[in-house]
Amino acid sequence: MGKINSPKLLKKGAEASLYLAKWHNRKVVMKRRLPKKYRPLKLDEEIRLYRTIHEPQLMSEAKKAEVPTPTIFLVDVKNSTIIMEFVEGKQIKQLFRSASKTERENLSLKIGQLIGKLHEYGIIHGDLTTSNMILDAEGKIFFVDFGLGEKTKELEARGVDLHLMKRALQSTHYQFAEKCFSAVINGYSEILGVKTAREVLDKIRGIERRGRYIAERKGEL
Amino acid sequence: MRKKRSKDLYCLGIESTADDFGVGISTFKGEILANTVSAYVPEEGGIHPREAARHHAEVADNVLEEAFKKSGIKPQELSAIAFSQGPGLGPCLRTGATVARVLASYLDIPLVGVNHCIAHIEIGKLETGAKDPITLYVSGGNTMVAAYEVEHYRVFGETLDIALGNCLDVFAREAGLHRKKSVPFGAAVEKLAAAGKNLISLPYTVKGMDLSLSGLLTATINLLHKGKFSLEDLCYSLQETAFSMVTEVTERALAHTDKKEVLLTGGVAANKRLQLMIKVIAEEHDAKFGVVSREFAMDNGAMIAWTGILAYAHGSVTPIDDSFVKLRWRLEKVDVPWVK
Repeated sequence: MGKINSPKLLKKGAEASLYLAKWHNRKVVMKRRLPKKYRPLKLDEEIRLYRTIHEPQLMSEAKKAEVPTPTIFLVDVKNSTIIMEFVEGKQIKQLFRSASKTERENLSLKIGQLIGKLHEYGIIHGDLTTSNMILDAEGKIFFVDFGLGEKTKELEARGVDLHLMKRALQSTHYQFAEKCFSAVINGYSEILGVKTAREVLDKIRGIERRGRYIAERKGEL
Repeated sequence: MRKKRSKDLYCLGIESTADDFGVGISTFKGEILANTVSAYVPEEGGIHPREAARHHAEVADNVLEEAFKKSGIKPQELSAIAFSQGPGLGPCLRTGATVARVLASYLDIPLVGVNHCIAHIEIGKLETGAKDPITLYVSGGNTMVAAYEVEHYRVFGETLDIALGNCLDVFAREAGLHRKKSVPFGAAVEKLAAAGKNLISLPYTVKGMDLSLSGLLTATINLLHKGKFSLEDLCYSLQETAFSMVTEVTERALAHTDKKEVLLTGGVAANKRLQLMIKVIAEEHDAKFGVVSREFAMDNGAMIAWTGILAYAHGSVTPIDDSFVKLRWRLEKVDVPWVK
């Protein structure tokens, strides 16, 4: 697989560790899904294998949907490791904190368009949070972390995907969650059309109502 | 209203969100002087809200009396009455609220409506000494990962459908396990699971920091009825899969927030296997692990009394006119001026 030079831990996530390294004279990110000791070996191997194979597939498909993702260079299934392009840029999570209202809402609109493109192509991201989006110097927003993604055009899956985006905004960016989410939905409608967007919004409401202790749930005492 | 004395202030808390009717008495320093409870055990099936409420009404005076006896406190010495105002089952909540209103009016002391989920977190913090934890709260009615972020507790992840305890209970009932008074269904599943050896592949559904357990439950019940696998292996596989899911989302929230403490609470926290899994991820992220003892992890009046004190000490009381129960009261909506 070629020599990987001087890996440096970038981030120890919940699911994988990210290293910045040199590989064939390129700056790359090495994503390694380390064994999780808390779960049974068999389950652990199944999950890591599935996600290691699945994630790069979805990432390269996302490119076909015109959604920027880091280019995959190598998948080492045996070591559940993915080597991909290092995207130089800033996490949207951090940008949201310093950006002006207009900048934030413009970014949200763009994010909505990108989610729309993914969904239109039949890709569900599965973990849409502002930590999983990177803005590069040219103003392109890259989506990363497709480990929980899937390929489907089902309304339910689209609804859950956007519900997660909404939840991430509410728990991390509560001050402007509402404005940002409506900008996301505007961007989303631009791609998928107002009718589909409305269907997905209705679905989100349905999903939220299914949850525990939601005030809007109907048909109860 | 009675004048507050400077020391020896006591609060009585009433818990009645679901199948337990509990009464706790706490001092303003957080010493729990009494924590008495009576559980409604259905003859078959799950909790029937009206039957549970009837049980609560029948046992209320006994449970109260026992609490006063244990604590050595007289009703006249109380400074406030706290009650679980939600979330929970309507008839059960209303029974507890009625008892609380009567006591508060009779004694002419303030009433404090407490959010049940926040009470679980606060008693956990009191017991384990945690200051600012990520809390995994798993019980028959709730499954959530919550933490404090700017002015409120916030839910980072939760079940999209049924609660973890509910999932285990329903499976146990389907498998014909009988609930005895002192052995909850969860404990019966845990015991069988410990004897399981083969891990059966079951649906594993994590969506971001949320999870879904209903598909897992249905799949396990289907396998049970097919009769191909032993009950031990089914319990083992169900537990391992479900616990791995809640552990994964807890770890996600931990990595996302960078908190340095993890608190495990709720009825399912009594499960040793789950404790071990959460402990492993806490250690991996250099966070301190704490688990609430069984007495305070289950629904209990002490946690309501203690949270009532925190609210009362910060001037937050509930006028009788605003004391209607809130069946679906989200913890994000609650002001928690005592947390900084």
